Amino acid sequence: MLRYILRELLRRRLGAVCLIILAVLYAATILSQFLAPYLPTDQDLKHSYHPPTRIVLKDWRPHVQVYERVDPSAARYGPVEGKTVPLRFFVSGEKYRFLGLFPTKTHLFGVDEPHRVYLLGSDATGRDVFSRLLYGAQVSLSIGFIGILVTMSLGFIVGSAAGYFGRYVDFAAMRLVEFVIAIPSLYLLIALRGALAEYFDPEQMYLLIVLILSLIGWAGAARIIRGMALSLRERPFVLAAEVMGQSSGRILMRHFLPNLASYLLVAATLSIPVYILAEASLSFLGLGIQEPGTSWGLMLKQAQELKVFTLGLWWLLTPGAAIFVTVITFNMLGDVLRDIVDPRHQMTED
Amino acid sequence: MAAQAEEVDRLPPLPAGETPLVRAEGLTVHFPVRGGLWRRVRGYVRAVDNVSFRVRRGTTVGLVGESGSGKTTIGHCLVKLLRPNSGSIRYNGSEIGSLSKRAFFPYRKRIQMIFQDPFNSLNPRMSLAKILAEPLEIHFPRMSVQQRRDRAAELLEMVGLEADHLPRYPHEFSGGQRQRIGIARALAVEPDFIVCDEPVSALDVSVQAGIVNLLQDLQQELGLTYLFIAHDLAVVEHISDEVLVMKDGVIVEQAGSEEIYRNPGHPYTIKLLRAVPSL
Repeated sequence: MLRYILRELLRRRLGAVCLIILAVLYAATILSQFLAPYLPTDQDLKHSYHPPTRIVLKDWRPHVQVYERVDPSAARYGPVEGKTVPLRFFVSGEKYRFLGLFPTKTHLFGVDEPHRVYLLGSDATGRDVFSRLLYGAQVSLSIGFIGILVTMSLGFIVGSAAGYFGRYVDFAAMRLVEFVIAIPSLYLLIALRGALAEYFDPEQMYLLIVLILSLIGWAGAARIIRGMALSLRERPFVLAAEVMGQSSGRILMRHFLPNLASYLLVAATLSIPVYILAEASLSFLGLGIQEPGTSWGLMLKQAQELKVFTLGLWWLLTPGAAIFVTVITFNMLGDVLRDIVDPRHQMTED
Repeated sequence: MAAQAEEVDRLPPLPAGETPLVRAEGLTVHFPVRGGLWRRVRGYVRAVDNVSFRVRRGTTVGLVGESGSGKTTIGHCLVKLLRPNSGSIRYNGSEIGSLSKRAFFPYRKRIQMIFQDPFNSLNPRMSLAKILAEPLEIHFPRMSVQQRRDRAAELLEMVGLEADHLPRYPHEFSGGQRQRIGIARALAVEPDFIVCDEPVSALDVSVQAGIVNLLQDLQQELGLTYLFIAHDLAVVEHISDEVLVMKDGVIVEQAGSEEIYRNPGHPYTIKLLRAVPSL
């Protein structure tokens, strides 16, 4: 089943493109400590709002253009003609654990101190936007996965139990779902954040956000899964399992789950962007990830000063572009997946 | 002739001392009909109304009637997919109709069911090996994986398929083959009594005979007892020793198989017999 979906996905141009983009994004996220030249908290107040540094070739080797401040009162930099420093690869920098396992100091690239390489410029305190984007991706890209894992499990348990057992279980579950859905979600997000915040350290905010988002998100999934479970319950193979004395739990796991799997896959793919966007909105409102942590939403929050727009500091908006690309890719991937597992499509395969 | 003719029961009385394998008495199933704003119960559909019959050990009893006559409802009561509103079901002399789910569990091994729709009665996401191992895991938990595999292969051969079909999935098989898989699954737990719920009515006529013959062979070999539900008298005639004719939730006639064809006693039976296409 999974192999079939993957093969079909790669056969479609849009599906293959989406998969490749996501693979690159996630690979960059996993390798962020290695790819980022600096720590996300690494400040350099002398280089605030530094524009992206130009990379030039000199003697067939990449060099980084050196800039100097042209207007000390504003963040205006100009390149120093002819002055460059070589871009070095596999340089040693801040200590970290590669893939969380091997302690190492090697970073993919860097320049000799006191010069700095800013691939995507720097922010108000001179922190490297490129490094922060990579570290921020660890939060922004993983939150969707962990979020859907929790919501889909909750949605499956509640929805399939409601559909399978029916009667009072169904009634109770569906009223609960309606209750959750009836509350405006942004309001609920903020309220839950306020109510639960005192039980979490600022470092655990990530955990808290996942928890909040999952508590809101499971209801929609549960309702749809219930509908599908209602029709599955009447299928003779489920009756056959009952006749042979299979326990309810095993019927749900063995007969319901595999037959709902393709729906769950599509729904999960389509709801990952919701989590990414929700994290971004929460952080943007100052309720999500807190300094010194970093996430794309938090970076956008820091880019909301008027200065960014009047001075044209476009590189500070790159987290917005990153969110845009990720969200649209997941949505397109979800659409392609839906085409693949569409029941009408499957009939021809049977 | 009056439409509401009396029930015609022309079965010979049981020999003294014989307990039928299955005996149903006064079996009644009502489905509530709800309506209105508050979904109140407005009335009941009498799907099965005060039905009594018996199935003797080692025989096949045909249960015929038009769709909606309550045949399948009776079948579902016997395998406890439904709980009757009243009446008793005795299996080998002991009452099973009112047992709780847990207390009924041992009988799940003795009473099995074969379903009408071979395309939906097998989980499309499970291989044959898994489909056939499932009942074994439930009722023979001590079996090793290898033993289960061997038994599954043996079952496939019993129903005329091959052991190397085990890793395949249901969609790779034809309707007739799938019905054979359904039969193999029912046989896995070594039951005594099988409710066959229209096992051939979804199949091509050419395939039907093969399945009916397989069921007959298995009956002789394993000493099985069948309740064979169908809407087609011709199929039932071929396999049954006794026939029950049902209409609107009531049994209108029960008689020996030959008797009912030679000399139908109820106007509805006569109508059904006339509807059988003859070649």
